[in-house]
Amino acid sequence: MTPELIGYITTFVLAAFVGIEVISKVPTILHTPLMSGSNAIHGIILVGAISVTSASNGTLQLVLGLLAIVLATINVVGGFVVTDRMLEMFKPRQQAEAKR
Amino acid sequence: MSQINLLAAAGFTLDEGVSLFYLLAAALFILGLKQLSSPKGARQGNFTAALGMLIAIVASITVIRPSSGRIVLMAVAVIGGTLIGAVLARRVKMTAIPQMVAAFNGVGGGAAALVSIGEYMRLVSGSSHGVVLAISVVFSVVVGSLSFAGSAIAFAKLQEMMTGVPITYAGQQIVNGIVLLGIIGFAVVVIGFSSSIPILVILLVISLILGVAFVLPIGGADMPVVISLLNAFTGLAVAASGFALGNTVLIVGGTLVGASGTLLTKMMSDAMGRSLSNVLFAAVGKVNETTTGAGVGAGHDQAVRSGTADDIGVLLAYSQKVIIVPGYGLAVAQAQHVIRELADLLEKRGVEVSYAIHPVAGRMPGHMNVLLAEADVKYDQLKEMDEINDEFKLANVALIVGANDVVNPAAKTDPGSPIYGMPILNAEEAKNIIFMKRSMRPGFAGIDNQLMFDPKTIMFFGDAKESLTKLVAAVKSS
Repeated sequence: MTPELIGYITTFVLAAFVGIEVISKVPTILHTPLMSGSNAIHGIILVGAISVTSASNGTLQLVLGLLAIVLATINVVGGFVVTDRMLEMFKPRQQAEAKR
Repeated sequence: MSQINLLAAAGFTLDEGVSLFYLLAAALFILGLKQLSSPKGARQGNFTAALGMLIAIVASITVIRPSSGRIVLMAVAVIGGTLIGAVLARRVKMTAIPQMVAAFNGVGGGAAALVSIGEYMRLVSGSSHGVVLAISVVFSVVVGSLSFAGSAIAFAKLQEMMTGVPITYAGQQIVNGIVLLGIIGFAVVVIGFSSSIPILVILLVISLILGVAFVLPIGGADMPVVISLLNAFTGLAVAASGFALGNTVLIVGGTLVGASGTLLTKMMSDAMGRSLSNVLFAAVGKVNETTTGAGVGAGHDQAVRSGTADDIGVLLAYSQKVIIVPGYGLAVAQAQHVIRELADLLEKRGVEVSYAIHPVAGRMPGHMNVLLAEADVKYDQLKEMDEINDEFKLANVALIVGANDVVNPAAKTDPGSPIYGMPILNAEEAKNIIFMKRSMRPGFAGIDNQLMFDPKTIMFFGDAKESLTKLVAAVKSS
C-alpha cells in the first residue's frame, strides 16, 4: 500500500462518519430537499470528468470525457437549481405574511 | 491566474494550493449538508454546497491546465450541460420534481461510470495499473451504470410513461441473482486477470440491466425511497472514481453523499413504517393489481354514497371543526390556491380549519408543505400527523382531497394489507368524511380503501380543482 492510498482510505472512512453524523436529525419535510441537495453534491464528478477529458488520448476517450462533462454538469446545475426551487417554498412566516 | 501568484507568494506549490481549495470545498459541502437538515438554514445550505462546488471546479481547472483546444471543447460541454440542467430544473412542474431528481441522479451515475472507463482506457494503454485502480474502476462502472438505469426506470414510473404497479414474474429474484453473479464474475476477471476494455463494457451493459431489473418490481409510491438509495449509490460510484483518479475531493464529496444518502433512505422508509428490505423486495402494491383501473365499485358489493356540491357545502358551512387531508390529487390538479380560498371562507364563518399533513402524502416527503406554502397557507394551520391524529374524533368533517393510502384504515386493521403497520391519519374517526377523488380507482400504491365504503363517508367525484371551486360557490351561497 502506498502512502497515497492510505491517505485516500483515511479520507473515505472519515467522510463516511461525517456524512452520517451531519444529517442525523432532519425533519420529514426536509427529506426531499436534502436528498436533492446531496444529489447535486455528487455532481462533483464534474472535476473528474474535466481531469479525464484534459488527459485523454484519442477521439474515443475525448468523446467519453466530453459526454461525462455534459452529464455531470446537468447533475450539478440541475441539482442545485431544483433544490433551490423546492426550498424557496419554505418561506419564513413573516415573509409570507408580508406578501399578502 | 492571480490565484497561482497568490499561492506562490504564500509559499505553496500549485498542487498543495489546490489540495487546500479541495479541502475548503469539502468543508463547504459538510456545512451545506448540515444547514440543509434544518428548516431555517436549508436554502442557505444549498448555496453553501454550490459555492463549494464552484471552488472545487475552478481549482481543478487551474491545476489540470488543459490545452486551449480542449478548454474550448470542455467549455462547450459545460455550457451545454448548464443550459440543459437549468432549463429542466426551472421548467419542471412542482408535481414532477421527484422524477426530475431521479433524472439528475441518473446522469451523475452515468458520468461516474464514463469517467472511470475513460481513466482506465488511458492508463491501460500505458499499461501501468494496479489492483486498486481496477477495483475502483469496476466498482464505479458497475454502481454508476446501475444507478443510471435504475433512475431511468424510476423516472419512467413517476412520469407515468410506464405503469407504477410493480412488475413481477415468476423466478424474478433468481434471474436478478444470476445477473448479479454475472457482474461479480466479470468483475473478478477484470480485477484479477485481464485488463480488457471490452469486458469492462460488458460489465457496464449487465449493470444497466441489473439497474432496470432492480427497480421494475418496486411500486411507484415507493420511488422516493428508491431514488434516495440510488442517490447514495451514485455517491459511492463517485467516491470510487475518486480512488481511480487519486482525487480527494471526489472521494470526500462522493462518500458524504453515499453515507448521508444511506441514512436518509433509512429515515424515509421509517417514515412510512416499513423496513428498507420491505420497500425494495416486497413488490408492495402488486396484490390488488386485478382491481387497479377497474370501474366504480368493481369487486365490491358495497355501495358508496356520493353527494352534490350543495349538500357538502352546507355540511362544511355549518361545521365547527374541519380537518383537510391533502394528497397527491391536490398537487396534480394544482388546487392549492382554491383550497386556501375554501378554508378562508370557512374560517370567516367561524369554522376552525386545519390541515393534516401525513409525512409521505404526495409523491415525496414534504410535498404537501411545499404545495400549501406556495398558496400562502398559514404555517400554524399545517399540523403534523402526531399532532392532529387525536383531533379527528372532535372534527365534524374530515375533507380528504386527493389523498388515499395515507387514510386507509387497512394499515391499522388488516394484517394482510401491504401497508399494514404504516402510520396513517385517523380520518375515519371524524363525524363525517368527505372523500374527494377523481374516480374509485385505488391510490398510487394500488390498494383498495375501505374508508370509501364507510357509512359516514360521502364521495365527491371529479378533478380536485373543479370540485373545490364548486364547493367554494356552494359555501358562499349557503
